[in-house]
Amino acid sequence: MSYNGGCLIGMRGKNCVAIASDRRFGVQALGLTTEFQKIFPVNDKICYGLAGLGTDVQTLSEKFTFKTNMYKLNEEREIGVKTFAHLVSSTLYEKRFGPYYAEPVIVGIEKDGKPFICSMDLIGCINFAEDFVVTGTASEQLYGMCEALWEPELEAEDLFETISQAMLSATNRDALSGWGGVVTVITPDKIITRTLKGRSD
Amino acid sequence: MQVLIGIAGKDFVLTAADTTTARSIVVMKHGEDKSRLLNKHNLLLYTGEPGDTVQFAEYIQCNIKLYEIRNGLELGTSACASFVRKQMAESLRSRGPYNVNYLIAGASKKGEPELYWGDYLAASQKMPFAAQGYAAYFVMSTMDRYWRPDLSLEEARVLLQKCLDELKTRFIGNLPEFLIKVVDKDGVRIIA
Repeated sequence: MSYNGGCLIGMRGKNCVAIASDRRFGVQALGLTTEFQKIFPVNDKICYGLAGLGTDVQTLSEKFTFKTNMYKLNEEREIGVKTFAHLVSSTLYEKRFGPYYAEPVIVGIEKDGKPFICSMDLIGCINFAEDFVVTGTASEQLYGMCEALWEPELEAEDLFETISQAMLSATNRDALSGWGGVVTVITPDKIITRTLKGRSD
Repeated sequence: MQVLIGIAGKDFVLTAADTTTARSIVVMKHGEDKSRLLNKHNLLLYTGEPGDTVQFAEYIQCNIKLYEIRNGLELGTSACASFVRKQMAESLRSRGPYNVNYLIAGASKKGEPELYWGDYLAASQKMPFAAQGYAAYFVMSTMDRYWRPDLSLEEARVLLQKCLDELKTRFIGNLPEFLIKVVDKDGVRIIA
C-alpha cells in the first residue's frame, strides 16, 4: 500500500461534500509524475477516490466505470451514493483472500439532498462517518489535521478551504504523498474541481 | 541494468534503449533492439525478465495487428496504452505474471505525440518524458530541468545526449551503445 503512495480526504458540510487527493505517483522513493488521477466522478452527484497501489487504483476505476454504466443501462436511472458505496464494498470483498490494495473514499449527495461520505478498507468494510474520512499513506497526519480544522455545517467555500489546508499540511509531513492536490466540491446544483498548488518536494 | 528513455517533443517522441543483452556478469550480445512496432505510429519498448519481455511484446503486437485487420482502423496511442495496461493487469494476478516494464511512444497522424510509462504491476501513466530501469534515478531530474513543451527534434536530441552523458558519468553499468528512434506522423525511424 505504500509502494506508490498517495492519500485522500472526504469531508461533509452543510448540504455539500468535498473530496481531496494528492497528485503524486512514484515507485517507492522515486517520484515519477505529478498528474496521477485518484479521484473519479460517477455522475454529477457522486465522486469517489482510491488510494493505494497504482495499478489497483486504475483497474478498480475501470471496473467501477463499467459497473455504473451497466447499472445505468439496466436500471434506466442514476445510481444513488449509498448504493454505489455498497457496490464498491462488494467488489472489494469478492477478493477477500487476494485483495485489491486500494482504500476508497466515496462522497456524494443523496437523492433527498442529504450529503453522504464514507470510506472503506481494502476488503470493503464501510466506515459511515458523520464528519470526515481519510485514507492513504498520510492517513495519520490527515486524521490530526481534519480533527483540528473540521467543524460541522461548513458552507461549500469554507469546506473547500478546510479540506485544502488539511490536505496540504498533512502531505507535507509524508514523503510518499503530495506534489500538489486536487479538490472536488459537490453541492446540489454544482460540482467544481480545483487543483491546489503545494510544495513540490 | 537495462535502460529505456522517452522524450515527447513538439510533434514526435524520441526514444532511446540500450542494446546490451547480459546475463549476470556476461554480456551476451550487443545490438539488441528492445522494441516492437505495434502499428505505423506506435512503438512499444520493453525491459524486464528475459523471455517474458519478448513474449509479452509480440503478444501485444499481434493483437494490435488483429484489431487492425478486424476493424480496419489503426489504434491510437492512448487506446494501445489502455490495452497493454489491461493485459498486464490480467496477467498480474494469474498463475504466471509478466515481469515487464515498458514505454509506449506514439504520434497520431496529426502529429500529437504521446508517451506512456507502464510497469510490471500494470500501473500506467502518460508522461512528457519518462525512463525505465536504474536510468530513471539519474535522468528524470535532468529532464525535469531541461524539458520544455514544443521541443524541436534537435533540442530533444541535445536533451537525450545530456541524459546519456549523465549515465556515462554516474551510472556504474557500462552501456556503450543506444538505439535511438523517432516516432512521428510519418512513422518510426532510427536515427544515429
